[in-house]
Amino acid sequence: MKRFGAEQGLEVFSRPQIENIERRLFMKRGLSLGTLALLSGCDVTDFETVQKTLLAMSRWNDGVQAWLFDPRRLAPEFPEAAITEPFPFNAFYGESKVPRLDGASYRLQVGGLARGRSSWSLYELHALPQVSQVTRHICVEGWSAIGKWRGVRFSYFLGRVGADTTARYVGFKCADGYYTSIDMASALHPQTLLALRFSDRILPYRYGFPIRLRVPTKLGFKNPKHITHIDITNTYPGGYWEDRGYNWYSGS
Amino acid sequence: MEDHVVKVHSLAVRITHWVNVFAVLIMVLSGWRIYNAAPLFPFSFPAGLTLGGWLAGALQWHFVGMWLLTINGLCYIAYGVCSGHFRRRLFPVSPAEVIQDVKAALRGRITHPDLRFYNAAQRAAYVAAIVLCVVLVVSGLVLWKPVQFHALGVFIGDYEGARYAHFFSMAALVTFIAIHVVMVLLVPRTFATMVTGRIRLRAAGSGGPQ
Repeated sequence: MKRFGAEQGLEVFSRPQIENIERRLFMKRGLSLGTLALLSGCDVTDFETVQKTLLAMSRWNDGVQAWLFDPRRLAPEFPEAAITEPFPFNAFYGESKVPRLDGASYRLQVGGLARGRSSWSLYELHALPQVSQVTRHICVEGWSAIGKWRGVRFSYFLGRVGADTTARYVGFKCADGYYTSIDMASALHPQTLLALRFSDRILPYRYGFPIRLRVPTKLGFKNPKHITHIDITNTYPGGYWEDRGYNWYSGS
Repeated sequence: MEDHVVKVHSLAVRITHWVNVFAVLIMVLSGWRIYNAAPLFPFSFPAGLTLGGWLAGALQWHFVGMWLLTINGLCYIAYGVCSGHFRRRLFPVSPAEVIQDVKAALRGRITHPDLRFYNAAQRAAYVAAIVLCVVLVVSGLVLWKPVQFHALGVFIGDYEGARYAHFFSMAALVTFIAIHVVMVLLVPRTFATMVTGRIRLRAAGSGGPQ
């Protein structure tokens, strides 16, 4: 997940000082919308053309990454001694805003192209076969941290809910308003888990209680926390950060 | 004797050079913005010097620039090897001569009498720049795809090692660029030569190029 908020806000205020440089340099059109607002008189068409080109290339990179993805290649696993302590908290809000769901009344809803049971209690999820992994979580910001997750293999879970695994996307909606989606090939990867535990303890609130997705073959923001809805679909579901310009596939 | 015009840089070298300028500019300026999102060291790059506006925008630029840099670089290396350009212009690099040239340059005597030939310090610097670009691409691939390209990261310390390799090779390349630009300012006709590919050599005895 991303730390965010401050940066986007700052952009708007740090612009005027570089206006002169921008006029001379080619990169003036590649800056944020906030920049555009300040650079009144700047040609909007060119700005939009550059934005469209960048987004088109990002989608093209999605295709390249899907092509590079080897469904049998495993993310490196580490000894427990390598685990990062303390593991960073990261979200688009501060730690005090972390949702605290009630485990007893919690139900995971599965919708879309799935024939099986659509509502799962936490007890039922814990009763499914569990596997562990110690893998590196890599944030789109660049930092990384090694953690231990334990939970249900997502490919097993998709089988149990009778998901159509020929569908293109799996979408996730979360209790904190976050949402994201991944490709089916990554969803079926053997290391993709519905994580229920972190460091052998019940998943703490701050790391996504009651369940989060753990995908070590993708960047951190593709690992949604506090999942409440899973949707199997052929309609592109987008994502919180993806809809704001981050690359959708974001594979490792 | 009359002045005569000689060819210094082939069209392939000039095109790949200027495409590379554009690509490296995109990569370095967007890279600084990406660095700022999680700085490795206790400093950040001035936001005003960066490209992309915020992290997502910088990443978009970086992952467009990487294609330009890599494809252009592969074309250049293929040309350099196949045409004999590398063999003729960049090698051999003798350490003793390099030291001699650098010392001379530091004393203000830049030995570049004939633009058709590089001195030893230039050859070393240009070879280093090529190697740095290769290291940047390889470490960049490890950062972009630490799982799929895990094997590439074995010698540079996996993902976290690649962050440092990427940073330091960027720093070294930027140092090269700074020196390179200063040298061009000191010998300005080299700039025109990299555009036209040609240089007018004055006839002997009429005060030829120094």
